[in-house]
Amino acid sequence: MSTLNLSGITKSFGTTTVLHGIDLGVADGEMIVIVGASGCGKSTLLRIVAGLETPTTGHVAIAGREVTRLEPADRDIAMVFQNYALYPHMTVAQNMAYGLKIRGTPKEEIARRVAETATLLGIQPLLERKPRQLSGGQRQRVAMGRAIIREPKLFLFDEPLSNLDAKLRVQMRGEIRRLQQRLGVTSLYVTHDQVEAMTLGDRLVVMHQGRAAQVASPMEVWARPADTYVASFIGSPAMNLLEGWLAEDGAAVQLKAGPLLWFTDGPRPGGNGRPLTIGIRPEHVLREGGVPVDVELELVEPLGSETVLHGLLPGGETLTAKLPGMVPAVGSAMEMHLLAEAMHVFDASTGKRLEA
Amino acid sequence: MDRKVYFKGRALPFLLLLPQLAVTAVFFLWPAAQAVWQSTLQQDAFGLSTSFVGLENFAEVVADPNWRGAAWNTAVFATSVAVLALGVALFLAVQADKAIRGQRFYRTMLIWPYAVAPAIAAVLWLFLFHPNIGLIGRALNAAGVMWNYQLNGNQAMLLVVIASAWKEVSYNFIFFLAGLQSIPKSVLEAAAIDGARPLRRFWTVVFPLLSPTSFFLLVVNLVYAFFDTFGVIHALTKGGPGKATETLIYKVYVDGVDNLNLGSSAAQSVILMLLVIILTVIQFRFVERQVHY
Repeated sequence: MSTLNLSGITKSFGTTTVLHGIDLGVADGEMIVIVGASGCGKSTLLRIVAGLETPTTGHVAIAGREVTRLEPADRDIAMVFQNYALYPHMTVAQNMAYGLKIRGTPKEEIARRVAETATLLGIQPLLERKPRQLSGGQRQRVAMGRAIIREPKLFLFDEPLSNLDAKLRVQMRGEIRRLQQRLGVTSLYVTHDQVEAMTLGDRLVVMHQGRAAQVASPMEVWARPADTYVASFIGSPAMNLLEGWLAEDGAAVQLKAGPLLWFTDGPRPGGNGRPLTIGIRPEHVLREGGVPVDVELELVEPLGSETVLHGLLPGGETLTAKLPGMVPAVGSAMEMHLLAEAMHVFDASTGKRLEA
Repeated sequence: MDRKVYFKGRALPFLLLLPQLAVTAVFFLWPAAQAVWQSTLQQDAFGLSTSFVGLENFAEVVADPNWRGAAWNTAVFATSVAVLALGVALFLAVQADKAIRGQRFYRTMLIWPYAVAPAIAAVLWLFLFHPNIGLIGRALNAAGVMWNYQLNGNQAMLLVVIASAWKEVSYNFIFFLAGLQSIPKSVLEAAAIDGARPLRRFWTVVFPLLSPTSFFLLVVNLVYAFFDTFGVIHALTKGGPGKATETLIYKVYVDGVDNLNLGSSAAQSVILMLLVIILTVIQFRFVERQVHY
């Protein structure tokens, strides 16, 4: 059983606090993706788990064993770095064997495991090469190989795909997921890319300014974002966030832009006039079948299978719509429809989600 | 962007190169040619007649037990200086690299010795190690060590090695520090996660990655010990006691200036010239083949 438990992790550098108390439990074999914009503290959190940083307060336990004060070497973990961090003076085989050699694994065993891992990753022809003779994707595989060969209790990934080109990134993303499921190793994966986060994670930790804004499955994060930050961060193009007030004794919201939207899942608490933020994904802005609103078009982005439209609502707020197929630009004004049953309701002052 | 500049005629580029070429010709090529010519000549004791003797001077120099002694001294001296200067510099660079605060301070302080003239450096060490007036020299004698580098050849050698190495540590330090800082931090972190303790990390990752720097510095240090330590030796021991600290470069000076045996002195300097050419060729070859990580 390789679980990971973080409790009350905080980290300050001088007077700057980058982590404000993170609690997280990772089940055996689970893949958790930590996602957030740069500077949210996600890499620091990963480095604390790795033992490369010490938390200011809080505890780290791997497989039930307290490791907060242990050296990285004593934690039985493996890490894949953003720049791969391969040993430049060693061959691919030596790179992979390094950790085993240090642990005093017998030579035959090392040779067997190097061969096995190389086969698994399809890098047998590269074993005698030096890292500088490899392409980005190959280096990435070697870095993976170096991590899995030791059969660690925990895999740590620090934005491993961000140095690859877009096509290779998609391919390696799939490979990492398949490999992780096949080996069943508990993993922590840090990324700033929401698509990577959605496709790789069993659960996501959306981080914002040193706090975990939401910890949930990808679909849950998408369908029920916990606050306006998560709402705007996950999903592309980003969710529209519109100003509004509670109306009709909590049964509807009066948008600043004009239309009145009725809640389909029940009334929200509070009196008429309570300020709200209403989230509507661009996918839920339609050409017909919702509540109509006039939009002044500013920009049309045809993407082939869909078209993204950016426009201004009455009142000056921007609205983004993602419509299927090609949409001919029809003048500068256009009627669009908001799908009321798909809207997200947030408190305007705290940004927290308001359930019915 | 194409940075190449094209000149229309040949006159201007030649004119621009002229000062550098003139300096090289006057201060290097001409004296070197003179040395080569001089090395084939022999003068009588009164300097009245000069005769061409071919390679006879070289044969005499190589057969001379004094020259062989100086060659041995040079080997011992150069090896010790290089090892000491490299070792101390590497140690200091590793410590300075670890330091998070005050790195600039350490760096500045450690670079200073390089700016000290050889004779001044020698006097400084003389004041430390002089058996009668030197702080350390007196302390050693008070502690029962028979310290007098003016009498003991080994102690004299030790002193010139320390003084010469001290000056070269600065130079090595800068290169080692730069080398250490060019090693990506994540590579060391990867090694730490792979289970390597600091010492192991140093020998299996840091040191191999520094090896191009180390080799470069080794050659530079050897050249320094061979040719640039005249001032230190001259000010500290004058090659003595006896001939205990007489290196090849010092013997060139003694034979040419003190003994006025210009033919032999010239032959010795030609041999040294060949030596530095060989070292430079090795250096260049290596730099060409060098692996840049």
